[in-house]
Amino acid sequence: MSSAFTILGNGVAGLSLAAELHRRGATIRVVAPNGAPGEHACSWWAGGMLAPECEGVISEEVVIRHGRRAAKWWESQGAELSYNGTLVVALGRDQDEMKTFARRLNGAVCLNHAELTNLEPYLADHFDQALFIENETHLNPRRTLVDLHHRLEQLGVMFTEKEAFEGQVIDCRGLAARDHLDDLRGVKGEMVTVKCDDVSLQRPVRLLHPRFPLYIVPRGDGIFMLGATQIESSERNRPTVRSVVELLNAAYALHPAFAEAELLEVGVDARPAFPDNLPRIRRIGDRIYLNGLFRHGFMLAPALAQMTTDLLLDERQPEDFYEDHR
Amino acid sequence: MPVFYGTEVSSQLMLGTAQYPSPAILAEAFRRSGAGIATVSVRREAGGGRAGQDFWTLIKDLGVIVLPNTAGCHSVREAFTTAQMARELFDTDWIKLEVIGNADNLQPDPFGLVEASRRLVDDGFRVFPYCTDDLVLCETLLTVGCQVLMPWGAPIGSGMGLNNPYGLRALRQNFPEIPLVVDAGLGLPSQAARVMEMGYDSVLVNTAVAKAGDPAAMAESFAKAVEAGAIAYGADPMEPRDMASPSTPVLGKAFL
Repeated sequence: MSSAFTILGNGVAGLSLAAELHRRGATIRVVAPNGAPGEHACSWWAGGMLAPECEGVISEEVVIRHGRRAAKWWESQGAELSYNGTLVVALGRDQDEMKTFARRLNGAVCLNHAELTNLEPYLADHFDQALFIENETHLNPRRTLVDLHHRLEQLGVMFTEKEAFEGQVIDCRGLAARDHLDDLRGVKGEMVTVKCDDVSLQRPVRLLHPRFPLYIVPRGDGIFMLGATQIESSERNRPTVRSVVELLNAAYALHPAFAEAELLEVGVDARPAFPDNLPRIRRIGDRIYLNGLFRHGFMLAPALAQMTTDLLLDERQPEDFYEDHR
Repeated sequence: MPVFYGTEVSSQLMLGTAQYPSPAILAEAFRRSGAGIATVSVRREAGGGRAGQDFWTLIKDLGVIVLPNTAGCHSVREAFTTAQMARELFDTDWIKLEVIGNADNLQPDPFGLVEASRRLVDDGFRVFPYCTDDLVLCETLLTVGCQVLMPWGAPIGSGMGLNNPYGLRALRQNFPEIPLVVDAGLGLPSQAARVMEMGYDSVLVNTAVAKAGDPAAMAESFAKAVEAGAIAYGADPMEPRDMASPSTPVLGKAFL
């Protein structure tokens, strides 16, 4: 094998690219100074929703288009996906938010109380109606990252903690690459994990609210992830009381049984984002940067990995997100 | 064009900078509307220090006047500290003062607002107080040294428009020389036009633009409405009448 590539970073961007390059027969080294995937990676804290239709309400068409390819790709990598769709609800006085959301989203079905009871009985305890987006999926981000890392190791991809730059270098370090990418910024996000055996959900639920849209993702075994704040701040630590209160309030509003849930974890990190909140495959000098996945790491990493691989192996210019600054 | 604390601003429209889909779309909203002032919050973004710097740099790069605010402050002490931080971060003595009295509808705390205004004016700030439309409150704010008033149209983010047109008109009549800005609660450009038709100096909008399907287009429409309203006010509109009145005699009908 003649191709040799060095990938910096083993978050969702770095690992997806490693997987795609390996699938196409390339020799790769992944430099990950912090070792196996863990809390140093922004994607460790992700919701793991592959929800291009819902995200499309506040994102550009290109995000929806590439996001729709994600589920199939993750499945091809052995990830375990839940094909249960997404539910969207709003509290009584925020019902108008539902109308706007439904109008801006193609393919949402409005469920009445009987239909909601049938689909998600615990949610029907407190909500009379919901929007259902059937073709969306979700995965467990941490399990997916750890499994992919493990699988790539078994397949012979070399992971090293020491810096080594062999062949073409692709920098996938997220916010850590800020000193090379002056228009990259951090957008702080906080999340909470709770354990609650009194509530059961089969799919991610989004709670619309005029000031802070929130979601809750079931992880199985009574564990739920509540996310996520979105604050224009590059701070990667220091979750605040206000944010945690907002997240917990949302869970309580969704179902009062969450009041007795066990608080397992409070997480915080900053998402790497460019000014338009769209990712980039950017060439600067002899290095390629794959970055700026914002809140769409698991949803857009597959498309970016495929386009970057086509660029590296076939010299085919990516159809979107590409910038050549050489 | 409006003059605040001796500075003339290039547009009657002010835009808030929160909740846009992206900073790029926010910038496009400013380009298309020509808005002259950007309000920006610092309380939550600052984190342990200057963690909001990246975003604030994007705001500064808009090339408009930056008016930092104390959004998210629920006490005089918090608002005072946040104002101090904002002065240092943005190198300006202008502060849009918010002291929130109700966590749910974010309505101003009139008592805390007066106290915070007094302290900030004494400390050299030029205060833009976000207030209700209460005449006595507004008089008191002017007494403690504010030279601009920013009464609400309706609760922040509600899009309800003008809940109390009478109260807003009364402020204009009572304070003919004071720059008046309607801040909060507008949902449609027609409501902004109505504000300007009352002789207000400026309008501040955030949610109605940021949460629109096309924020930049909505910003432009607000700019046009604000301009139309201001021209209409200057053109001395006719008084409404309580009956239809043909401007020329109707042929074949007797005058009654």
